[in-house]
Amino acid sequence: MTGTWIAVLATAAGCYAPKLAGLTVPPRVLARPWARRFAGLVPVALLAGLTAAEVFGRGQALAVDPARLAGLGAAAAALTARAPFLVVILAAAGTTAGLRALGVG
Amino acid sequence: MTDGAQRAPVRSPAQAARDGMVLGLAVGASGLAFGAAAVGSGLTVAQACVLSLLAYTGASQFALAGAIAGGGSLIAGVAGAVLLGSRNGLYGLRLAGLLGARGARRILAAHAITDESTAMALAQADPAAARAAFRGTFLSLYLTWNLATLAGALGAGRVGSPTSFGLDVVGPAAFLALLWPRLREGRTERGVALAGAVIALGATPFCPPGLPVVLAASAALCAALMPAGRQQDGEQPA
Repeated sequence: MTGTWIAVLATAAGCYAPKLAGLTVPPRVLARPWARRFAGLVPVALLAGLTAAEVFGRGQALAVDPARLAGLGAAAAALTARAPFLVVILAAAGTTAGLRALGVG
Repeated sequence: MTDGAQRAPVRSPAQAARDGMVLGLAVGASGLAFGAAAVGSGLTVAQACVLSLLAYTGASQFALAGAIAGGGSLIAGVAGAVLLGSRNGLYGLRLAGLLGARGARRILAAHAITDESTAMALAQADPAAARAAFRGTFLSLYLTWNLATLAGALGAGRVGSPTSFGLDVVGPAAFLALLWPRLREGRTERGVALAGAVIALGATPFCPPGLPVVLAASAALCAALMPAGRQQDGEQPA
């Protein structure tokens, strides 16, 4: 019990530390051209990685969940149609929920 | 509602904040899943809530709960959770100039850094909209995530699964929406995105959840280190 509380608080502290460290690093670090390019491209790599991992990852396994994949497809279709952000989200969740209600995935 | 058409260039701070709130509300609802999973793993309701209040990093929280459920060592569980949270350091690095927060504001701004608040902020065209998006996402996500954690922890096993509402696709759909305008910028961006996705998927079977996303950042590093100007479609990850 006490051990679990220590783990909970250590996790909280350990998750906060890098956030503050990132904000506190002197701006000079980003002065070099390659560092600037890196900082600019990091969100692209992370967003693509997050999207892929959350769509195809199930714990440490890779799995195709047809309903989830269709939801992402609906989001992509909405984005191609230049739909507003909220519509993109609703299209994705609605498609996935609808297919699951029909017994898919 | 044509205002969402050209995302990056035309968001006013108010629109950016509203987008952030929508995302926070939708993603925060998955706190239900965390609360339920945490209590199912053997954490108390209070411990689940303290994690959401103080750690406030979804992937890390799930990782710790999973380690406790698996009966693994607590030290390994904490180490895994903290490793996953390290990507927020990259986010902070990227956000520092945009947010320009000092003193007490920096202490709070650091806590507000998540995948979602960072992605929303970086998708905006100007610093004012970026700050508004960051604040809006944080306020709505923090509130929703913590209330949902409490509800999930109290109702563990009794509420319907969030997946039946399609909430598990909200995160990926939002990330794709934020990635979309960057994919139009050029071959380098598309190459980095493709490589990032391939790296994350390739690493998934071998790493604890969350770490594959950290590794995906190496795609950005490789592209950044290539000679400027003559960059091909990112690097070939194979």
